[in-house]
Amino acid sequence: MYPITTAHYIALSAALLLIGTVGVLTRRNIVIILMSIELILNAVNINLVAFSQALRNLNGQIFAIFVITDAVAEAAVGLGILIALFRNKETVLADEVDLLKW
Amino acid sequence: MNFLDLIWLIPLFPLAGALLMLLFGKLLDPQPPSEVAVAPGVEHTHDEHGHAHDRGSGHSHDGHDHHGHGSPLKKLVSLICPGVVLISLLLSIGAVWQLSQQAQKVHQVIQFTWLAGLPFHLMDGRLATFSADWGFLLDPLSSVMILVVTGVGFLIHVYSIGYMAHDNGYYRFFGYLNLFIFFMLMLVLANNYTLLFVGWEGVGLCSYLLIGFYFHKKSAADAGKKAFIVNRVGDAGFILGMLLMFSVLGTVRFLDVNAALRGGQFHAETAGFGVLSAIALLFFIGATGKSAQFPLYVWLPDAMEGPTPVSALIHAATMVTAGVYMVARSSALFQLTPQTLSIVATIGAFTAIFAATIALVQNDIKRVLAYSTVSQLGYMFLALGVGAYWVGIFHLFTHAFFKALLFLCSGSVIHAMGGEQDMRYMGGLKDKIPITHWTMWIATMAIAGIPGFAGFFSKDEILWQAYSSPLGSKTLWAVGVVTAGLTAFYMWRLMAMTFYGKSRVSREAAAHIHESPPSMTVPLTVLAAGSVLAGWLAVPKAFHLPEIFYTFERWLSSLAPEETLHETAQGAGMEWILMGLSVTVAILGIYVAFRFYQAKPEIPEGLARRFQPLYKILYNKYYVDEIYDFLFVNGLGKGGGEVMGAFDRNVVDGAVNGAGWLTRFSSTVSMWWDTWIVDGAVRLGSFTVKLLSYPVCILQTGRVQAYALFVVVGVLVFFGYYLAGK
Repeated sequence: MYPITTAHYIALSAALLLIGTVGVLTRRNIVIILMSIELILNAVNINLVAFSQALRNLNGQIFAIFVITDAVAEAAVGLGILIALFRNKETVLADEVDLLKW
Repeated sequence: MNFLDLIWLIPLFPLAGALLMLLFGKLLDPQPPSEVAVAPGVEHTHDEHGHAHDRGSGHSHDGHDHHGHGSPLKKLVSLICPGVVLISLLLSIGAVWQLSQQAQKVHQVIQFTWLAGLPFHLMDGRLATFSADWGFLLDPLSSVMILVVTGVGFLIHVYSIGYMAHDNGYYRFFGYLNLFIFFMLMLVLANNYTLLFVGWEGVGLCSYLLIGFYFHKKSAADAGKKAFIVNRVGDAGFILGMLLMFSVLGTVRFLDVNAALRGGQFHAETAGFGVLSAIALLFFIGATGKSAQFPLYVWLPDAMEGPTPVSALIHAATMVTAGVYMVARSSALFQLTPQTLSIVATIGAFTAIFAATIALVQNDIKRVLAYSTVSQLGYMFLALGVGAYWVGIFHLFTHAFFKALLFLCSGSVIHAMGGEQDMRYMGGLKDKIPITHWTMWIATMAIAGIPGFAGFFSKDEILWQAYSSPLGSKTLWAVGVVTAGLTAFYMWRLMAMTFYGKSRVSREAAAHIHESPPSMTVPLTVLAAGSVLAGWLAVPKAFHLPEIFYTFERWLSSLAPEETLHETAQGAGMEWILMGLSVTVAILGIYVAFRFYQAKPEIPEGLARRFQPLYKILYNKYYVDEIYDFLFVNGLGKGGGEVMGAFDRNVVDGAVNGAGWLTRFSSTVSMWWDTWIVDGAVRLGSFTVKLLSYPVCILQTGRVQAYALFVVVGVLVFFGYYLAGK
């Protein structure tokens, strides 16, 4: 059996980061983009906790709590912006919101 | 008292009189100026009883005194002005007497330096300073002149008291007359050329003022201008000569100039025309203008527009002799320039005969005398031109007496005739104005050169010198003799037409013929005495008389030290012959005039008809005035005006218009520049920015995800860079 080392956690975190980044960049629906952002944040959390365990330091975990709090706030605000957007523009698709262009 | 130290008072008194009159005269003699010339020289009507007109001046012909209207202030003027001249005369006599007692008959007094130290480069490269002083020089030559000026001047002032009595410009006249005496005295007493020139110009000014005394009359004003302008032409020559002299000699003082010229470093310019000849010629040009020689004589006949005392003083005795004086003063210079001397003699002789021919047919009594003056001045220059300087001055001396007398007598005649000057309307006046008649007879004898009278001695001496001097020639002598004959002729013609024969006087004038008052006749008598006695101061050498009869020549012996006395045996004989010839010619002239104008008056009219063209030419003065008008007055004046007008229109106005055009043109260019180049640069900038913005605009899609992509790409670049660096 292979032991689950820190590297596995980092790889998992990296994978989730990449998936989240691609999702932010690629998906049309703003709700999905928000969900992708959550995914990135969670990836960061996993990274932090893994290193906290590896370095036998509690700072990582504490930081992860902060990140969770921050993610929650951000999601709330983001959804509020989305609802306001929908009220004005009748759409939830990112590429239809392109007024600020040349 | 030492008169020699008080020389400066001699010109000062007349100057004081002049200033008093000209500055305060209006207060002394407050009469309004006459609106039209009202003087004996102009015809003016007056009613039968000779009551004074309310024009302010009239003749009172009832035998009363002619002295003004009795205003005490006018009497004051009559006292002051002749009085100051009398004082100058007495001072002059005193000074000349004391000078004669001195061994060295030269007295120079320098009051102060007037022009000091103007640096000047001389011809030979030396640096000199031009300085002229206000100084007086009394030597035999100037002593003769001051006696003539003050003596004759005083007599004429006294005469003017009577003559100008009815004139409203009384104080003005005397003021100008005194001013003239002042300037003339400055001229003859100056010790250097510059101060002489001050006097020279001053007498020219006074001549202008006095000729144009009746300035309301256009012909008088024109005559005054003509005199001054023609004079000016000569003055230009004088100034150039003076400056040239300074640049050669380094000094303009007479004594220094004479010393330098006689010092031996300058040789007589017999070979050609050198710088000294140029100086002498320029001086002579100045003399030509002032002393009315050909071609600058034209002002003198016109100058007769002035009152008769003016003609007597200025244009007979004094101002016109200034040129003669100046040439005599420069005798040391002229002695070294025989070519210029011959020019002087030639012009003098030519002028003499030229003017005499014109005088033959003139009808205005004063014109005849004016041309006679020009002619006699020609004689003086003839004498100077053959090297006989003292003889020229001697003729000046005697001429002053008889010519002033002639003019004053003619003034007396005109006064008697109530203004008539044309001799054709005179005649038979002999018994009506006796004193005038016999004084004028004496003067005529003098000018004609009848032995015993003054003119004979001086004129004969001139003719003898012209014949025998090394610088003279028989031609000059012949011209002189012919002129003497003409002189005798026209003078006796004048006498005959005026005093003898049948009376041609108009009836209204005839009623008023009267002898002049004593203030006029006494000077006539004195001058008549002078016209007889003055000549005896220098009798011809051929008469072997006691020394006193040769005073004049001895007195002026310093003028030309190498003066020779032509006293060879052959010379004496020749002198008698020539003397006889000139006397014969004079008597012949008088006889012919007698025949023409007294015995058979039809002869001159017949001659005038037969030789009509010649008569016309002579009567019209050879049309010289017309020629001058055409050449100079119209040519230079109007033609010059045309040229100036064209210049003004084309060049000056063209420049102004051109400047305007240039301004508009440059503004157009400026506008084009501004529109296309300056604004273009600005627009170019904006255009470039817009051009460059296109690629960038494409990047701004408005889609957030695109922007997020850029962020990620940037992060990856950073990572790559960081990892690669590691």
